[in-house]
Amino acid sequence: MSNNWEMVIGLEVHAQLKTSSKLFSSSPNQFGSEPNENVNFIDSGMPGMLPVLNFACIEKAIKTGFALNFTINKYSVFERKNYFYPDLPQGYQISQFEFPILTEGFINIDNGQDQKKIRIERAHLEQDAGKSIHDIDPKYSFIDLNRVGTPLLEIVSYPDLTSADEVVNYMSSLRQILMYIDVCDGNMQEGSLRADVNLSIRKPGGDLGTRCEIKNLNSFKFIRQAIEFEFQRQIGVLESGGQIEQNTMLFDTNTGETRAMRSKEFSHDYRYFPDPDLLPVNITQEQIDNIQPTLGELPNQKLDRYISELKIEKDISKIIISEKENTEVFEQMVNDTEVPPKLIASWLVGDIFAFVKENNLDVSSLMKKTKVIVELLKLVSDDVISNKVGKEILPKVLKGEGSPSEIVKKMGLEQVSDSSELEKIINESLQDEEDNIAKFQGGSDRVLGYFVGKCLKATKGKGNPKLINKLLLEKLQK
Amino acid sequence: MKQSISQIKNSLKKKSISVEELHDEFFKKAKLNSNNAYNLITDKAQNKSLIDESQKRYDNSNSLPLDGIPLGIKDLFCTKGVRTTASSKILSNFIPNYESFVTQQLLNDGSIFIGKNNCDEFAMGSSNETSHFGPVINPWKNKNEPNNNLVPGGSSGGSAAAVAEGSCVASMGTDTGGSIRQPASLCGIVGLKPTFGSCSRWGIVAFASSLDQAGPLTNCVEDAAHILNSINKYDFNDSTSSNHKRDDYVKDLNKKFEKKIKIGIPSDYLKDVSQDILNQIENAKKVLSQHDIEFIDVEFTTTEYALSTYYILAPAEASSNLARYDGIRYGVREKGENLDDIYLNSRTKGFGDEVTRRILIGAYVLSAGYYDAYYRQAQKVRRLIKNDFERILKDVDFILTPTTPNEAFKIGDKLDPISMYKNDIYTVPTSLAGLPGVSIPSGLSSNGLPLGIQFIGNYFQEKKLLQLAALAEKELAFNE
Repeated sequence: MSNNWEMVIGLEVHAQLKTSSKLFSSSPNQFGSEPNENVNFIDSGMPGMLPVLNFACIEKAIKTGFALNFTINKYSVFERKNYFYPDLPQGYQISQFEFPILTEGFINIDNGQDQKKIRIERAHLEQDAGKSIHDIDPKYSFIDLNRVGTPLLEIVSYPDLTSADEVVNYMSSLRQILMYIDVCDGNMQEGSLRADVNLSIRKPGGDLGTRCEIKNLNSFKFIRQAIEFEFQRQIGVLESGGQIEQNTMLFDTNTGETRAMRSKEFSHDYRYFPDPDLLPVNITQEQIDNIQPTLGELPNQKLDRYISELKIEKDISKIIISEKENTEVFEQMVNDTEVPPKLIASWLVGDIFAFVKENNLDVSSLMKKTKVIVELLKLVSDDVISNKVGKEILPKVLKGEGSPSEIVKKMGLEQVSDSSELEKIINESLQDEEDNIAKFQGGSDRVLGYFVGKCLKATKGKGNPKLINKLLLEKLQK
Repeated sequence: MKQSISQIKNSLKKKSISVEELHDEFFKKAKLNSNNAYNLITDKAQNKSLIDESQKRYDNSNSLPLDGIPLGIKDLFCTKGVRTTASSKILSNFIPNYESFVTQQLLNDGSIFIGKNNCDEFAMGSSNETSHFGPVINPWKNKNEPNNNLVPGGSSGGSAAAVAEGSCVASMGTDTGGSIRQPASLCGIVGLKPTFGSCSRWGIVAFASSLDQAGPLTNCVEDAAHILNSINKYDFNDSTSSNHKRDDYVKDLNKKFEKKIKIGIPSDYLKDVSQDILNQIENAKKVLSQHDIEFIDVEFTTTEYALSTYYILAPAEASSNLARYDGIRYGVREKGENLDDIYLNSRTKGFGDEVTRRILIGAYVLSAGYYDAYYRQAQKVRRLIKNDFERILKDVDFILTPTTPNEAFKIGDKLDPISMYKNDIYTVPTSLAGLPGVSIPSGLSSNGLPLGIQFIGNYFQEKKLLQLAALAEKELAFNE
């Protein structure tokens, strides 16, 4: 039935900024501390405490402005969003409302074959709230204020997204960019990046429908599930003659369903007004200009360079650039050696990543191993060992069981590239093969493979296959 | 005749009195709390080490600027380890673990805090009658009705009464719409509200952040200059603190102005005022004219809008500033069936009527559909009021006005909030403009009650403003 309907989605993405201290206080901005450890008098809303803007957050916002093609506003204003909740000690959240720091940006996402431009309405700085914990004790709720005041950049897209795939694609592109420019650590599990999904449905070409907002989704899987469920729910309501109510929805990660949290009638009146404790933010062109060079290479710029300069296949390049740490490992290896980048790339996304995955490691742990890896790859590219042997000893190298050349020597795995030795083996393997030799000379190429295999077997896999190939051809064509 | 800070310091230096004797003299008087000017009086034991250290400095001839001087502190300044209530039930058990910037400066300069002065609840009021700890009594009596207790003004009513009754040498107040100047006027003492941005608001319980400013209440202008020297400093932790070079306000206080001074008298302020009030202005004009000072009639175009602007903006900010008093982390928490009940009960029982009224007004003017008509409009008018002052201060060096439209009134007399709000009609415009203003006692009413005049200066021109006030004080000879 969904064939008759299309979904229209806008995304509000909350990115926690990677700064050492909070947006308006000097408390550490870090995840995983003991409850209420990173809380000072400002965070806990004590009487007479005043916020002081952490300019590092403005710098991160400016960086994001460049990376997401925003207009960077030299004048922006922090306002108070007033509501009561125990994990909001001040009784208001300091946020930007009428004058956000960034307006009118966009990114291009890969939509299968072509690119699609997703417009972004605005991005503004705000404080995160604390956490209320209701499931520890039957009688009491607990409050952890560590997260209070953590700087967030809320990135609000236009309703340009039309499928769960596109949403996930957009969100992962954002995540990738924010991690590249060191604005956000991108850790969705820890809540560093979360999304509110605004979804409505309509008949193709029809007017926009009433939207529902699904709050606080912190994994791609949940985003996808929530969208699919909500899409079907709205279709169900409309097709059974009902109307969509403008609701705020919660996504239940256990059931995979969305349910209404509050309707618009009961929505808060946040009574925004400029925070009188803070002056408007005025940034100069010079400050903006100084930040641009710190941006570094963005993912799509890297992709282009890998393909055109390093001659790496597009698919492999895409895998490498998908995470910033992949590129760091890769580029460190490329810089360390004359081994062709193409060989490094195919090994990295192949056996090296497989090893990392099997052993539950972080890609970043490879940063300390790039020297030995390229040493191994050098042995392969210099034909000291075969590709096959290389793959066999890679785990030993990565586990630190010795340097590649030591391991090779110890195991006696050096490739046999001595022509006279190989010729002897070839001669032996051609004995009693008159039939096959005749076949080859009659035009059957497949026989060559058979002979190469036979020779390799005779060398116990250590023979240089290229050389064997060459010598065999010479012999057979005589 | 009360002694000034300089005179007391001289006695201490000459050893004609010890720091402890000085402390005890004021402490004894404060301990009586006969006018309810204190919410808390510091135990002597708590101050003993400060007294001894101060004495040691005098003995070693290296005394600090305010060494040993007993001060009263409005119960709106957070004082480390000392209960700070803002005269509200909701904070009646609150002991901060930090010292406000301003009081820290006063401690750094050697002063000793006698106690925490009563005030209107969260500084909201003009008569000190909204305090959870009961009203403060003005030490002055109407000579025609000597049995009636009068208000000291507000909101720094306890600070003003404490200085007037002589239980501290000087006191700290805060002024949002007149809360230093008005009670100073009604109690016959000096009250200075510095330019917004002069003294850090860090650690002061906030009422209306864009207006709140700390300042001294003192027996004489020179004492105000001494206190200002201590508290007027840049503070990184207050984003609205101005980072400009501060003057020495005591130095050259009595020096003559180098050139002719022009003072504007706003004719629109003097419509419908009593003869008593008019006399104050006329008298000041008369005595100052002998000093090469020219008086010019000036006219504001925005005066009639000032009070309504103030009573939109201040409650709007207050409604948000007071949201943190929810009974969750500190302060008084009432029981409730659920979270909303806890909020409702804690705040309903924790706040008094005037505070509740202003929170409701503030929430209303900020709410969807009313924001543009009230809050935004009031912000625009505030700008016009500021422009109005700037226009007039291009032509004149100072502005002279009455401080209050009336003398001290009977406790319980003004039950209707609007007539109470009108008490601040001469002080509110200055606050909205952020300008400095000083009230000095100028004479007595026909009932024998003190009246004050207010001088308003240009931004951060407290030095000149105090020089003028010192001259007027000398000529008016109120204290003699």
